[in-house]
Amino acid sequence: MKPTNTRDPEYYHKVVDCQYACPAHTPVPEYIRLIAAEKYTEAYMINWESNVFPGILGRTCDRPCEPACRRVRVEEEPVAICRLKRVAADQKGEVKSLMPQGPFASNGKKIALIGGGPASLTVARDLAPLGYEIHLFDEQIAGGGMMRSQIPSFRLPETVLNEEVDYILDMGIHTQFLTYVSSLKDVLSKNYDAVFVGTGAPRGKDLPKLPGRKEGAAGIHIGIEWLASVAFEHTKSISPKVIVLGGGNTAMDCCRTARRLGGKDVKVVVRSPFKEMKASPWEKEDAMHEDIQIFDNHVPLSFEVKDGKLIGMKFQKVRAVYDEKGKRELIPTDEPEVFIEADEVLVAIGQQNSFPWIERDLGLDFDEWDMPVVDRKTFQSTLSRVFFGGDAAFGPENVITAVAHGHQAAVSIHLFCQGKDLLDRPSPYTNLVSQKMGIHEWSYDSQIAADHRYIVPQARKSITLKDRKKEVELGFDIQTAYKEAQRCLNCDAQTVFFEDRCIECDACMDVCPTSCITFTANAEEDELRQNLLVPAENKSQDLLVSDTLKTGRVMIKDEDVCLHCGLCAERCPTSAWDMQKYFYSVTKAYQIPASLPAIQK
Amino acid sequence: MSYLKPLFSHPKLPKNKLGYTLKEYEGSLSTLCAGCGHDSISAAIVKACFELSIEPHLVAKISGIGCSSKTPTYFLGNSHGFNSVHGRMPSVATGANMANKELVYFGVSGDGDSASIGMGQFVHVIRRNLNMVYVVMNNGCYGLTKGQDSATADRGSKNKSGSVNPFEAIDLASMAIELGASFVAQSFSGDKQQLIPLLKAAIQHPGFAFINVISPCVTFNNNPGSTKSYDYVREHIEATSALDFVPVKKEIRVNYAEGASAEVGMHDGSKIHLNKLRMDWDPEDRISVVNALQNAKVKEEILTGLLYVNTDWKDLYQTLNITDNSLNQLKESDLCPGTEELQHINEGFR
Repeated sequence: MKPTNTRDPEYYHKVVDCQYACPAHTPVPEYIRLIAAEKYTEAYMINWESNVFPGILGRTCDRPCEPACRRVRVEEEPVAICRLKRVAADQKGEVKSLMPQGPFASNGKKIALIGGGPASLTVARDLAPLGYEIHLFDEQIAGGGMMRSQIPSFRLPETVLNEEVDYILDMGIHTQFLTYVSSLKDVLSKNYDAVFVGTGAPRGKDLPKLPGRKEGAAGIHIGIEWLASVAFEHTKSISPKVIVLGGGNTAMDCCRTARRLGGKDVKVVVRSPFKEMKASPWEKEDAMHEDIQIFDNHVPLSFEVKDGKLIGMKFQKVRAVYDEKGKRELIPTDEPEVFIEADEVLVAIGQQNSFPWIERDLGLDFDEWDMPVVDRKTFQSTLSRVFFGGDAAFGPENVITAVAHGHQAAVSIHLFCQGKDLLDRPSPYTNLVSQKMGIHEWSYDSQIAADHRYIVPQARKSITLKDRKKEVELGFDIQTAYKEAQRCLNCDAQTVFFEDRCIECDACMDVCPTSCITFTANAEEDELRQNLLVPAENKSQDLLVSDTLKTGRVMIKDEDVCLHCGLCAERCPTSAWDMQKYFYSVTKAYQIPASLPAIQK
Repeated sequence: MSYLKPLFSHPKLPKNKLGYTLKEYEGSLSTLCAGCGHDSISAAIVKACFELSIEPHLVAKISGIGCSSKTPTYFLGNSHGFNSVHGRMPSVATGANMANKELVYFGVSGDGDSASIGMGQFVHVIRRNLNMVYVVMNNGCYGLTKGQDSATADRGSKNKSGSVNPFEAIDLASMAIELGASFVAQSFSGDKQQLIPLLKAAIQHPGFAFINVISPCVTFNNNPGSTKSYDYVREHIEATSALDFVPVKKEIRVNYAEGASAEVGMHDGSKIHLNKLRMDWDPEDRISVVNALQNAKVKEEILTGLLYVNTDWKDLYQTLNITDNSLNQLKESDLCPGTEELQHINEGFR
């Protein structure tokens, strides 16, 4: 193999698994160390710079970072990254003065943002400090989009939502709430230099052809519409017996909200097997904790109506069968149809995009699924000054993905307004600094904590079920947060190897607790992976390969289960190994000066 | 500074016949200087015991004083250990061996511990062919007292402060052969590929097995001009053979060119398979070994690998004609057989 090119900004980035898995690439270990150091404000700002909504995401994120956490590979449970983020938001001090301060000198350009959700707000935050005049349109009464209409208050308190939305709106964004944009043509005629569409996936899927749908309509609601109606206080109660159809996070929000509005006997009925439900495992646990039964492998057959009133639903039981490619098929079983009683049904079986307000003769192409044709890298549509992001761009995802889209769309809009090439994007901000503080002394806690993951305490069910706005999770206290933070392996403290200093004493190879380092003859990658002390079978993880050493061998380090404990560097007599902190910040239109606070114990 | 090893290990760490991983054979985190050759030797001992599937509780590590004698803390943490008086490891090992011959005995010593203060003990334990593995971690200097030349420092070797050693070196391997050691090998801490099979063969050898391992002192004797530095040893190393230790009942898979290979059978049925790199040498012929060592010395080579082996000589138990059982197994009835037996013995003298 050729020596690894560690100058490629993505090499060390990939080693920081959580950050690499995060769509917005938030520097996770950096802020976790700051939390351990009780520097909550700084930890919050690292987050805010990267993901714009730390308090919101610390409660509601889908956490793609956690399954990626290295701890999963060496222990079992990942670091509670998401809930530590919340600690930073809960404990922070004054932060507004650390954010870009308006009024900003105008650059003479005008931008329209359609939709007031996370994607649009991210674009607004990145472009406002550059002097853009930003007009934001949303049909709701306030900003936040689906974070306001679909995420229930017992998961995300309104105060947290308002605070973080307002940080952005207070930068001098011109908002036009309660304004439904019904024509893109109209918007384009108003001489905006660019238009960003962040209208989400606003239409809940229905079961229009299921028997009884029309007759029972009064008792049947679309999940996300019902949640919005609860959020804006149009709906204040529900009947005692409720069926929620669907197995995603919206279904979990629906059933738990129903429990708080009077639903006594709330059942979730889903087609797929329990373990394949789309909802996050912790959302399912929380629902079941609130006495909600989940019936899996049930396919809806009909809505049952008696005397013009919905009385329940009939289901066919199925079992999942998989072909060689792992493709699933649901095969009906011989068991009789199942009738489940209900006064009301909430349909939460998915969401769709919907663009009735975009005229199809503007030169903005739509594909065969009636989705706009959007470039994956630049987020530009075929109409050069219209950009898309969030769920509106490629279908329903999540908040953190919308934020990531927002950053990139903002970069594109800024380049576009300057007449530059959208594909010639600035590089990410990176920095690699030695953490050596003396002989065998590192600036980070290199000892590996063996603690198991700590559980976030919850408020008592008897209290939370009475009040829809009472937040269920209480968040970590400071002591537990410290202990949980110490579980982080500091994967951004990179093991950097200098072959010219190596005397091949094997000390690093002998001491490595997870047998990551091998000195051996060079070969092709597949062969080399087998020749290591422990074969490197996880191919998603790279090998760090050195240049040829004095004895003709090479040093190979399998990045897979490296603990970043620094023992290789401590036992190296010639400092051929060094622990160096890698800081990586995604390209943004307005790069808030990346503060690199000295990390402390 | 880290003083504890992390508890986590590679989830796919291989297991031996006993179901143990390398971790069960490791000791605590070394406090020797970073890059010390001794740590590599410790790692080789760990690997050898792991690969032979030796029960850790059936091993005793005995050492004297010095950097080398600290190392038993850093390997085989689940085995017995005795850190004895300077240069007196062989006495303690002899006593322990007499009491319980069922254990694998690792004597760990250094050039100071063996070639200076412990020389008297060293020569006598060899003469007696005590069944043990005697490892000398030889760095040619007194590392624990800031690197003065030791008795194994070569004449003309320069130490860190620039002074040149005026005295002739004691060649421990030649001496061991001279004194009748039944297994003599030489190796280098930086060559585990050679050291691990040597250790395995030494453990299986029924008698005194001596391995002199050149182990650079990174702090005091790794400078230009030293003959025990990583660079010097790598440049002057000359292996007698490439060797494989073949445990009982395992087929030999490697085919060597005819005439170049030799096989040494052990009493338990295992074999040492040698691919000879030097044709003027026969590991079972003492004269050829002494010649090879002297020739290497003239050419300033460091001859490594298995030098000499003789599996026919009696070990101390057999020579002294001691009971078949270890002494610690003997019960009161064995030791005091009673009046009748005494009378029987007395009868024999009448």
